[in-house]
Amino acid sequence: MSAPAGWEAVIGLEVHCELRTATKLFCGCRNEFGAEPNTHVCPVCLGLPGSLPVLSTAAVELAMRIGLALHCEVRPSVFHRKNYFYPDMPKDYQVSQYDEPINVAGYLDLPDGSRVGVERAHIEEDTGKTSHVGDTGRIHGAGYALVDYNRAGVPLVEIVSEPGITSATQARLYASELRAILVASGASDGRMEEGSMRVDANVSVRRVGDLELGTRCEVKNLNSLRSLSRAVDHEIGRQVAIVEGGGRVEQQTRHWDEDRGCTVTLRSKEEAYDYRYFPEPDLVPLAPDAAWVEDVRSSLGPMPADRRRAVVALFGAGGASDARADQVATVVELGLDHLVVAAAGAGIEPALALARTANEAAADAAAAREVDPAAYTALLQMEQRQELSATQAKAVLAELVTGGGAPVEIARRMGFEALAAGSLAEVVAAVVAEHPGEWERFCGGEAKLAGFFTGHVMRRTEGKANGKAVAAELAKLQG
Amino acid sequence: MPARITREETAHVARLARLDLTDDELDRYAPQLAGVLDHAAQVAAVDTAATPPTAHPFPLRNVLRADVPVPSLDRQVVLAEAPAVEDGRFRVPRIIGEAP
Amino acid sequence: MTVGLTPDRAEASAGGAEPLSARALADAVRRGERRASEVVEEHLAAIEAVDGELGCFLTVTADGARRRAAEIDAEVAAGRDPGPLAGVPVAVKDNLCTTGVATTCASRILEGWRPPYDATVVARLAEAGAVMVGKTNLDEFAMGSSTENSAFGPTRNPHDPSRVPGGSSGGSAAAVAAGLAPLALGSDTGGSIRQPAALCGVVGMKPTYGTVSRYGLIAFASSLDQVGPVARSVADAAALFDVIAGHDPRDSTSLVDVPPACGPAVGAGVQGLRVGLVTELTDAQGVDADVRSRVAEAADALAVAGATVDSVSIPELRFALPAYYLLAPAEASSNLSRYDGVRYGLRVDGDDVADMNARTRAAGFGPEVKRRILLGTYALSAGYYDAYYAQAQRVRTVIIQAFARAYERFDVLLAATTPGTAFRLGEKIDDPLAMYLSDVCTIPTNLAGHPAISVPFGTDSAGLPVGVQILAPALGEPVMVAAAAVLERAAPSTPVPRVAAPTLATAGMPAVGGAR
Ligand SMILES: [Mg+2]
Ligand SMILES: [Zn+2]
Repeated sequence: MSAPAGWEAVIGLEVHCELRTATKLFCGCRNEFGAEPNTHVCPVCLGLPGSLPVLSTAAVELAMRIGLALHCEVRPSVFHRKNYFYPDMPKDYQVSQYDEPINVAGYLDLPDGSRVGVERAHIEEDTGKTSHVGDTGRIHGAGYALVDYNRAGVPLVEIVSEPGITSATQARLYASELRAILVASGASDGRMEEGSMRVDANVSVRRVGDLELGTRCEVKNLNSLRSLSRAVDHEIGRQVAIVEGGGRVEQQTRHWDEDRGCTVTLRSKEEAYDYRYFPEPDLVPLAPDAAWVEDVRSSLGPMPADRRRAVVALFGAGGASDARADQVATVVELGLDHLVVAAAGAGIEPALALARTANEAAADAAAAREVDPAAYTALLQMEQRQELSATQAKAVLAELVTGGGAPVEIARRMGFEALAAGSLAEVVAAVVAEHPGEWERFCGGEAKLAGFFTGHVMRRTEGKANGKAVAAELAKLQG
Repeated sequence: MPARITREETAHVARLARLDLTDDELDRYAPQLAGVLDHAAQVAAVDTAATPPTAHPFPLRNVLRADVPVPSLDRQVVLAEAPAVEDGRFRVPRIIGEAP
Repeated sequence: MTVGLTPDRAEASAGGAEPLSARALADAVRRGERRASEVVEEHLAAIEAVDGELGCFLTVTADGARRRAAEIDAEVAAGRDPGPLAGVPVAVKDNLCTTGVATTCASRILEGWRPPYDATVVARLAEAGAVMVGKTNLDEFAMGSSTENSAFGPTRNPHDPSRVPGGSSGGSAAAVAAGLAPLALGSDTGGSIRQPAALCGVVGMKPTYGTVSRYGLIAFASSLDQVGPVARSVADAAALFDVIAGHDPRDSTSLVDVPPACGPAVGAGVQGLRVGLVTELTDAQGVDADVRSRVAEAADALAVAGATVDSVSIPELRFALPAYYLLAPAEASSNLSRYDGVRYGLRVDGDDVADMNARTRAAGFGPEVKRRILLGTYALSAGYYDAYYAQAQRVRTVIIQAFARAYERFDVLLAATTPGTAFRLGEKIDDPLAMYLSDVCTIPTNLAGHPAISVPFGTDSAGLPVGVQILAPALGEPVMVAAAAVLERAAPSTPVPRVAAPTLATAGMPAVGGAR
């Protein structure tokens, strides 16, 4: 998933993120996915003659949250009009921030330790949705199109990375980390499949050692992390093949065809479109004062990188091993890291807490996020005290996640009533006393007789004893 | 100040502005625009090296609205004014190409 | 016309309202001395009688006006106060949105469009008890100075129907001059209220940018547009301003400060007021000798009334017209993009959506609108932005600073409203630059965002009305109307328009000025 030998890829990502506000950017229509077409529209977001925009406070705050989470400088900003005709755009211009965006000069630290610069994160309005209707359903063959403006005017933040990404793997990591930040900051639900996070990739290649950048292509329609990394990989390969074959890469906008697994030309971009940007006269500049910025900053919870560090710190000076890094990333990405931290804080082995959370709780992350951390900790305590076997603990955990309740009760209901350590010792001692010959041979080195004793203990306890605990008792009696 | 607007530039600008002008219109508008632009070019005579641009007569800042939903328009009302409608949506001729 | 008030000129000149004034009508209706229905019927009858000749109205809302008048009468009968403009007929420029009533901007591209909402000013009129009698003609999308650019035919000047009423609010100015409504709303981007008011012999006021909401005003140039009153007296204009002014949270450029009420300031006089007679807006090349004489007489009148009048030169104002003809078309080119045949208005079919857009716009916009769209698109386009648009914005700053220096020395400024009086239909239609020069005296105010008012002040040698202009700094409306009222009282009489409502011809015109 990195460039062919001797080649280097230069990748920049533009991510459009729909903000989780109650209303649209410039009007009081609901910002809501999935409504009947053209039911969330008003004179403003339909661009009716005479209507005027008024900026939403919530959109500005969420934009600042994104900026601050990305270590950007929050600055005074100005809205511009970006003029071009397209039927999904009610006013035939998009209101967007151009040369004075609200957030500039930030960065994003990735779980692999690399850092990607963030050039800007600016506010703009979304467009409506066109559906092409016609014989083939593809754009060029379509007989006509239908337009729904429910999404028109929904607030977006466009996050533009510096072109510092070098592989499809890193591009994917950046997008997934960014998504985690957008979710953690409360700005977005991060749902790529619903279009609330959309990624475009600018890709160019050059020979290792070259300073000059190659001609770039912009790849659109990347609506999953998988599509992103496949498309970037394909595009790198395509461009390298062109240059190695003696050709020249043409500046283009390309479309990722998920079914065919390749990018296809949308249009050539030899001549830049003339958007005729100018300051939007219907809006006034935005200049959040320091107090407002600090308010927003102090209301931000820890970001994924901080949270990963917090989990790693549970493992002490040595930190978590590489093998655990994936688990750490998983629990943070899924928003389950607080369970690990709570359990470890109550004396659970960090490794156990992390493993159960990353492997078992993660299976149903949405439900697991709702689990009471105290109950979760109690369950892990039962396992750590060997009152439950690992298999039993996993079964109880699954129940806890789906239905909630007290782990002790769940265990009892499932017939896993644990034997107290004291009573187990009595049972083991009794079984040993009843079989002196086997005990002598066991002490003499016939290790496989452990199964014999364990089997008797299990029968005596109706299967409630923990195998490991029995072995521990036997070892204790051996001295 | 740049040269007067030519017929070709007028045609280019008309394309940008989505105006399907006839040859007659282009012949007529080009010199008229050139005349007005010649007059407007007088702004170049003002020394503005130390002058910031004015986009708004008054320096308002941070005009904001609470994030509280208000009722949207009734869909019948919205679609009643449209030249063509289908399936609750605005119908338009085929679209060639994506947005620029 | 039977009136409940004494048509006493002595009372009028002593500060009372003349019988046909909006305030007198409202007072009579509020006191139950006249019925709103009767007032409205009289005006509808006048429209019926003379508007065929003048073409002031694009739509007459007779049914709605009758219903509203009946409501007002019921309120009065029930002992409630319908508001300061109770029962007063008002004509509304057809670039202001009115729910369910066709709003066309005098353009084919919006022909038959019925907005689903009211402009804020229209809603405020209704709350004040006013009755909209119709939508008035204008230059298409308010682009023009003669109302000849209407897609639905020109409006004619009531003083001489072979001449233009000015523009773009020509329908509103002519309607008020002809007595078809005591009050009208216009919009002023570069002089579109004041210039037609001057040419029709009525009062027209452009308020401080941001004091009157633009919500529901169909945009021409957003940073310059402002809605304002047209009336037959300064006091009526002030009364209408007081009703429509005020903060509107739906307009981000609306000022939060409550604009000071103008009504009480009308009689304040000009004792001790420092008045600057602006050389560039009076003796400028192209200003007629007759107009210059009237302005000089107006200066004398202010001095006689106790003001100190001095000449002032503001050379920067020479650059206002060229800057305006870059800024306004640039904003307009973007504001008018939405007329694309997709959501409302005209559609001319095409092979694909881009073709449909281009054909629709070509068929729907008239020549002047096309010219300005081309001009504005050019001024904003790559390679020209800095030299044209950005430089014009800097010149705008220069003009604002120049006004600020002048207002350190003067409380208000005096100027001509227009270089000449009403010209003949067709006279300037093929020479855009000559037409644009009609606004040379009004445009600087729009660039600064300041208020200004045009007051009739006598006639030229042909008997056509002349207007003079009082300019004031931002939020200076009260002192501005005080000075305007002094000029009004001192003005030589303006003749009754040749084409006018019978009621107006009987009562004389203007009531106050004619009594000198
Ligand atoms: Mg964008
Ligand atoms: Zn809306």
